[in-house]
Amino acid sequence: MSQTNRTVVVTGIGATTPLGGDSASTWEGLLAGRSGVRPLEGERFADLPVRIAAQAAVDPGEVLPRPLARKLDRSAQFALIAAKEAWADAGYTAAAGEDASVEPERLGTVIASGIGGVTTLLDQYDVLKEKGVRRVSPHTVPMLMPNSPSANVGLEVNARAGVHTPVSACASGAEAIGYAVEMIRTGRADVVVAGGTEAAIHPLPIAAFANMMAMSKNNDEPTKASRPYDKNRDGFVLGEGAGVIVLESAEHAAKRGARVYCEVLGQGLSADSHHIAQPEPTGRGVAAAVQNLLDNTGLKPSEVVHLNAHATSTPQGDSAEIMALRKVLGDDLDHVAVSATKSMTGHLLGGAGGIESVATVLALYHRLAPPTINIDELDEGIDADIVTGEPRKLPEGTIAAINNSFGFGGHNVTLAFRSV
Amino acid sequence: MAATQEEIVAGLAEIVNEIAGIPVEDVEVDKSFTDDLDVDSLSMVEVVVAAEERFDVKIPDEDVKALRTVGDAADYIAKHQA
Repeated sequence: MSQTNRTVVVTGIGATTPLGGDSASTWEGLLAGRSGVRPLEGERFADLPVRIAAQAAVDPGEVLPRPLARKLDRSAQFALIAAKEAWADAGYTAAAGEDASVEPERLGTVIASGIGGVTTLLDQYDVLKEKGVRRVSPHTVPMLMPNSPSANVGLEVNARAGVHTPVSACASGAEAIGYAVEMIRTGRADVVVAGGTEAAIHPLPIAAFANMMAMSKNNDEPTKASRPYDKNRDGFVLGEGAGVIVLESAEHAAKRGARVYCEVLGQGLSADSHHIAQPEPTGRGVAAAVQNLLDNTGLKPSEVVHLNAHATSTPQGDSAEIMALRKVLGDDLDHVAVSATKSMTGHLLGGAGGIESVATVLALYHRLAPPTINIDELDEGIDADIVTGEPRKLPEGTIAAINNSFGFGGHNVTLAFRSV
Repeated sequence: MAATQEEIVAGLAEIVNEIAGIPVEDVEVDKSFTDDLDVDSLSMVEVVVAAEERFDVKIPDEDVKALRTVGDAADYIAKHQA
């Protein structure tokens, strides 16, 4: 019995982001063109060249019960909140097994993070230095390990088919969703909770990214700092939060009468093999990933009406991505409404593929593409239809969307979704 | 000045409340940390370290296993506090 052609659908979504504590408020913020970027208060940020970030709108420690929250890194807290929302949104009323419509052995989780529990690691190092060995928390290792968000979500929903964490920097969240699709296609699972999370707003990662000259230093106008495609963009703005979706085989969703947001067609993958942190300037690797996506999924360029771009607001990366898409899609790029939602959410690193998949799913479901904010002057190299101002109405009929995520290391991951 | 047995139990109740979220009034001498109070082996280490600080005692790792109930811990602390 070949399982490779199983259709995979999205039945639930959840998010906690700089724009809101759930997917509905996040979506509302995206459509309204609201920036989630704010100044970083506090002495520990005072000497940094970058003193802005897109902090989560709702503190996760105020959402989760305290005894649980104190045993989880902030990245796992975000993941758990988003996963619980997605799980309930998919119509599940309890953990697998207790909710008889899904077997624990047929349920998996794939939740990724680019960096893992970096704030736990750094905070516990402070404890070690200031208070001594005995005071280092026994929870440190289970908190900082990058698979912790996936494992904790797995415990929450009682997933036994497999709990996974692909790591590919800022492509991690998208790679997680691609991996989840494969788990269902190959018959390993019927339902997978998948997405990305990140919580790296701490002086050390900010100092490190800033020293790479990768971040915007527009401290005076935080809400204008993340400006993909604008001529004067000067780097990304760090964001935090999580986005999670529930993926399910179409048969399984139909059997329990679940609401279906859209279909996930699959993923396209490639690697630049160019530089550890610089994007390949011609977009060769990105083009290969998008071509791979078309070849793998049978998606026709004529069907694509929306792109949630990687577009982090770095000078090189934004242009290379558009060049690559033009190369692969040709004139069909003309009917693609391009949204760079990082202009509002900042860059969630490993969480980006998660929240941007949530945004892409909602764009298809509501047939609305969110705007890209802060484009005062479109850069010359950007030969595509970038949505600005009001959200763009997407066409009726069967439509498809692409969500791109790329990461340091030269990872290129692209996902395709289609309306149902 | 050494804490009384009653003060030690009250102190342990606050610690368990902080770590495991159990209401202080439910932390009684005959309650088992793991079976009754939702304190797993990792959280038990936190309870021990917090108790060491609060009552100025040393509780070596090899003695922790014997501290099954709140009463066991209170007795140990009463006996060993400086």
